[in-house]
Amino acid sequence: MATAHDDMSWVRRNRMTLTPLLFLAPGVLFFLAYVIIPILQSFNISLYDWDGLGQATYVGLDNYRELATDRAFEISLWNNVKWLVLYLLAIPAGLLIALFLNQTIVGIRLYKSLFFFPFVISQVVVGLVFSWFYLPREGLLNAVLGVVGMDPINVLGDPTLATYGIIAAGLWPQTAYCMILYLTGLNAVDPEQIEAGRLDGAKGWRMLWHVILPQLKPATFIAFVVTIIGALRSFDLISIMTNGGPFGSTRVLSFYMFEKALSEYGFRMGYGSAIAVVLFLIMLVFIGYFLWSMYQDEKAARH
Amino acid sequence: MLNTLKATVGTLALSAGLTTMALADDLSGTLRIISDMSNPAPRAVMEGLAAGFDEQHPGLTVELEVVDREAWKSQIRNALTANPPDVVNWYAANRMGPYVRAGLFEDISDMYASGDLPGLDSVKGAMTMDGKQWGVPYTYYQWGIYYREDIFKELGLSEPTTFEEEMANCQKIIDSGRKCYTIGSKFLWTAGGWFDYLNMRTNGFDFHMQLARGEVEWTDDRVRETFANWRKLIDMGAFIDDHQTYSWQEALPFMLKGEAAAYLMGNFVVPHLREAGLGDDQIDFYQFPKIADVAMGEDAPTDTFHIAANAQNKAAARAFLQYVTSPDVQSKINAADALGQLPVNANASVGDDEFLQQGFEMLSNNATGGIAQFFDRDFPAEMAALAMEGLQEFMVFPDNLDDILNRLESARGRIYK
Repeated sequence: MATAHDDMSWVRRNRMTLTPLLFLAPGVLFFLAYVIIPILQSFNISLYDWDGLGQATYVGLDNYRELATDRAFEISLWNNVKWLVLYLLAIPAGLLIALFLNQTIVGIRLYKSLFFFPFVISQVVVGLVFSWFYLPREGLLNAVLGVVGMDPINVLGDPTLATYGIIAAGLWPQTAYCMILYLTGLNAVDPEQIEAGRLDGAKGWRMLWHVILPQLKPATFIAFVVTIIGALRSFDLISIMTNGGPFGSTRVLSFYMFEKALSEYGFRMGYGSAIAVVLFLIMLVFIGYFLWSMYQDEKAARH
Repeated sequence: MLNTLKATVGTLALSAGLTTMALADDLSGTLRIISDMSNPAPRAVMEGLAAGFDEQHPGLTVELEVVDREAWKSQIRNALTANPPDVVNWYAANRMGPYVRAGLFEDISDMYASGDLPGLDSVKGAMTMDGKQWGVPYTYYQWGIYYREDIFKELGLSEPTTFEEEMANCQKIIDSGRKCYTIGSKFLWTAGGWFDYLNMRTNGFDFHMQLARGEVEWTDDRVRETFANWRKLIDMGAFIDDHQTYSWQEALPFMLKGEAAAYLMGNFVVPHLREAGLGDDQIDFYQFPKIADVAMGEDAPTDTFHIAANAQNKAAARAFLQYVTSPDVQSKINAADALGQLPVNANASVGDDEFLQQGFEMLSNNATGGIAQFFDRDFPAEMAALAMEGLQEFMVFPDNLDDILNRLESARGRIYK
């Protein structure tokens, strides 16, 4: 009787701690099983030479040494950098369209949905549409170039152009995404501040830069986050549009990892894991920055 | 005793009439087959095979699962390790390597030795690895140059037998405002076919296999000679432009519209040409012409059945392999209205089709050098992937050859340990 009473009082005493822990437990468990543990496993596998079937042989850092001399890896890494930098163009482009659409005229909802449309369709469809657009003979792009008197180009067949061609395709839906984020942000812009700005004689660029943009900071932050993530997830467009070619010039790290570890000619699990680890470390820089900046914001909010 | 998966099949009942084999009728339990014959015609064939075998053995239930052919290339690993089926589809020669080495395919050498598989002597080699046999073939097909007969007639050309004639023909085709060959190299393997033939014709089958086994340097002068021959065609503008952007199907319209005269391809291209409206007076086939004075080697990829090492019903699985390779079944499933390919059993009859007959004739009488499987089946997977990328690059930028060969040579040093 006494012990039962003690038990109850222990639960009762610690209720404030136990309840959140219990609520967190399922999420934490799944996060451990499906995210944290696989990351650690990747680190481990990257130290082995393993075809996924037979015995794994420990090779230490050999996979990483090979990466250092692997030209395909170097190209993939540079392509990742191109994606990260150029994909950010979606943010100013999205802002521009959002500002343009942020007015009250008849049918503006329709225009907004039309601009948002590319984000709704699947990346696979975007990839297909753009690969038709780029087709060397029948493609619309070359038809247009022909009208203005330029020579036709084979964007996806030219190793110096292909990656930019795919990024341009990716920017189409990503710009729409950023536009929606900014449209929502613009709804929350305080009209009184704009009024105050007007009284002080601000208009045009000065109004945008000093009054509107600071209020859009949360939207910009989210747009930045989703664009960086989007750039690192560029796998599907590449797979659809060029399959990594011509001769491997459009691969990014995630695609290269897939080829080495999981594709028809791959099954070098150790090497694939080593690429995954490098990709993870690159992502970690951004994730770290985002976490840090969110933490700063919350700290500021608490004060 | 037929499960619902294939209950719909009635078309190709390879039925009970088959009594040529001494089949043990005490087979019982379940025979689980996973097949990659997912395209419409092969699927019907596979379903017919399962139904026919099921019917022969009242005590046995045949369970068939057909998976997508491309997806199977990576799924087979999981399928063979976790809860393996009894029988699976795969490919001959080097492609068996990973599964043989990992002990996932059953050794069936005793079936070949004891005469349980009569008529398969000529294809035994493709199923042999480490001196043992690991499965049975069920179909194969020839490669060669499929061309527009009407264009050849219009220009007064005949089927070439030497490389000089080939190039002379090609020059006339180019002069008529067409390209000699269509090719779509986006997925790389089509370039592998060109290399196979040019290398086998320039240096012979044995040299080609040495290269595949990693015994010859990629920077060897003989390899360079192969590329020099290839370059002759590239420099004269024999191939369509922008081929690196097209898949092999996307390259078909060039031939259909008569903008290119020929296509180096496997026999599976024929139904595509016919469906697109080319008549048999418009398409024909010839063997890749002679270059150097070496015995002709040919590409003839072979598709196979294997028993999983951890199969539950090995007795039934073995009986199924016998059934699939028996002459009657072989004649039926490879007929022109079924798979439309070549039977593996010497006692089977070849389908009534001009391309099948020509291909069979070529492989039986004029492939004295040897039969190769295909670039990406003869070379180890990783080497094949890297090399085919280099071949594509060479076709677009022939000047990069030195760089490409050095890259492949350093990969060779790493891949073949």
